[in-house]
Amino acid sequence: MKIKRSSWSLPYFIFLLLFVALPLVLIAVYALQDSSGRFTLDNISRFFSDADALSTFALSLEVAIENTLICLALGYPAAWILANRKYNSSAVTIILFILPMWINALMRTLATAELFNMLGVTLGKGTLLFGMAYDYLPFMVYPIYNILKKIDPSYAEAAEDLGATPLKVFLKVTLPLSAPGIISGVMMVFMPTVSTFAISEFLTNSKIKLFGTIIQENINSSMWNYGAALSLIMLVIIGITTLFDNKSSSAAQEGVI
Amino acid sequence: MENYIIDIQHLSKSFGDKKVLRDINIKVRKGEFVTLLGPSGCGKTTILRLIAGFLAPNEGTILLDGKDIGNLPPYQRPLNTVFQRYALFPHLDVYDNIAFGLKLKNVPQKDIDAKVRKVLRLVNMEDYEERDVDSLSGGQQQRVAIARALVNKPKVLLLDEPLAALDLKMRKDMQIELKEMHEKLGITFVYVTHDQEEALTLSDTIVVLNEGKIQQVGTPTDIYNEPVNSFVADFIGDSNILDGTMLCDRKVKFIDEEFDCVDEGFGENTPVEVVVRPEDVNIKKDKSKAQFFGTVTSCTFKGVYYQLFINTDKGYELMVQDYHKFEVGDRVGMQITPENIQVMHKERTCNSFKAVVVDSNHLEMLGGVFECCKTDIEPGTKVRAEVDFDKIDLMDHQDEGSAAGQVHSIIYKGNHYHLTILTDKRKHIFVNTNDVWDKRDLVGIRIEPKDIKIVEVNED
Repeated sequence: MKIKRSSWSLPYFIFLLLFVALPLVLIAVYALQDSSGRFTLDNISRFFSDADALSTFALSLEVAIENTLICLALGYPAAWILANRKYNSSAVTIILFILPMWINALMRTLATAELFNMLGVTLGKGTLLFGMAYDYLPFMVYPIYNILKKIDPSYAEAAEDLGATPLKVFLKVTLPLSAPGIISGVMMVFMPTVSTFAISEFLTNSKIKLFGTIIQENINSSMWNYGAALSLIMLVIIGITTLFDNKSSSAAQEGVI
Repeated sequence: MENYIIDIQHLSKSFGDKKVLRDINIKVRKGEFVTLLGPSGCGKTTILRLIAGFLAPNEGTILLDGKDIGNLPPYQRPLNTVFQRYALFPHLDVYDNIAFGLKLKNVPQKDIDAKVRKVLRLVNMEDYEERDVDSLSGGQQQRVAIARALVNKPKVLLLDEPLAALDLKMRKDMQIELKEMHEKLGITFVYVTHDQEEALTLSDTIVVLNEGKIQQVGTPTDIYNEPVNSFVADFIGDSNILDGTMLCDRKVKFIDEEFDCVDEGFGENTPVEVVVRPEDVNIKKDKSKAQFFGTVTSCTFKGVYYQLFINTDKGYELMVQDYHKFEVGDRVGMQITPENIQVMHKERTCNSFKAVVVDSNHLEMLGGVFECCKTDIEPGTKVRAEVDFDKIDLMDHQDEGSAAGQVHSIIYKGNHYHLTILTDKRKHIFVNTNDVWDKRDLVGIRIEPKDIKIVEVNED
């Protein structure tokens, strides 16, 4: 019998079922049960009445937004310089930018914390943002760099030819054309920072709790149902941010590579 | 003195140590359609980019309306460019692409609307304002690109091979439209192309370029009828390029026959090159009126005319166009009218190389060491070595010769090929051969010791 082409996808389908769909279903099932296994919405409603959890959630969003903005502010100019042949003629520099990604993020964070201790810097929000930006900057630089690199230089020339100053060329041509890279970079930085907990633990001495920390605490203390409910809420929020740029998501994929 | 809108003086440009333009001088009158024509790599696009301001010249000045624009950035030059691959902004629709330049100049919205609509009508693209540029065909994108440039009312419109990406039929239509637009608007056009037919169709003036140098400037008819050298004759249209001798004023000998011509002042028995266009070789029914005879070796129908190859009795091959069909093997008599024989100075009669004496019988030149006849000249002395065109042997493999090179151009001269070889050190060698080579073939260069003449000893 001839094997149909579609049957090649079977292993992947099973993988997705086991490791993506099933855990998601389990999270939803746990979130909608109480500890004795009865259906309930209490876990969800508990979150909305839990002032502590709500403020942590707000803080998490705030930190994630701040981190994303910092990464964008630092990352875009870096990507622009790297993609510009006038300033950077070798591919080595971009590798140097990506190089920190080769080292485990946890180890880097621990090392950063040690560095702050050695320098006598008090751990707090400042060090948290520093550590996050340090960890996630490459995720912002790379997709933007990839898009900028692919933009035909004749667009900028055409704009200049039509009377645009270098600043106007950037604002009216380069920036809009690099939007898919920005969107993809923003998502790659924003989504993991909302849920991170290790960085806040190490770089603030657990002084600042993020949403991920609360989930981790609940699950560590065997409060599976509430932990699952919190995870579900976070998933929904992240899902919404993903839908938010639905229109340009295919373009964003190009930027990721 | 006449007023020129563009006056390019002594323009030179190098990329690294490669000279791409040497001492370019071009004058463009207001409203003129000037075409820069040449093969790829001749520097024509570089000139356009220098005028537009995307490149800075190493030497020379570019005057626009008498003012030096050399130091102005592109956005301050009152010129607009139509790019080869259009470069329409993919994030903007047709309207916003065209309005781009006007918005930058803060033109009121009402005027922008009117101007965009007007220019869209000019390029026959009404009702396309809202369209995405990606959804347009190549020809439509081309029109939008032209509209985007024209709407700014530039003093000069620069066009960089704008029709190269279109298919033949579309290209022909656009040529006619461009010509009409030029006549209607009165804007000066500077047009870059490698397509000689396009240049002949469109231009008021053609500037023929090769290897960074201007070969000839003239009207299409001048360039076609009176090419100044074999490069121009070969590049523009079909032609028979032949070696000849100017016997005296108004008498020239080529293909081993003597012809009357109209050229004077070449001196007596001067080697020259002769160009005869295929349509100017007349096949005479009345054989008594023929000047020379030959046998048809091929006859191909080309639509309006037949293209024939004829071997003359004296052993030369000529390309001939005629409206009548002939059979292979037909014997024909031919005649050429004096006005249709274009006589050109021979640029060179033999190769002349810079060389350095290595020892009593070796010379270093062209990036290799060549054996030569015994010489008393002190080793290390700079000399000049001369070698006849037909005394250079080309080898199939580069390492078989004393120096290596690549076939750069080929001109058929009726009974032999005249090749230009470019050595690894970018030196030109000219070779006459009966062997068939192709462009870009890699060759080894060998010269018999007795054929190298050491002619001049430079004391310094």
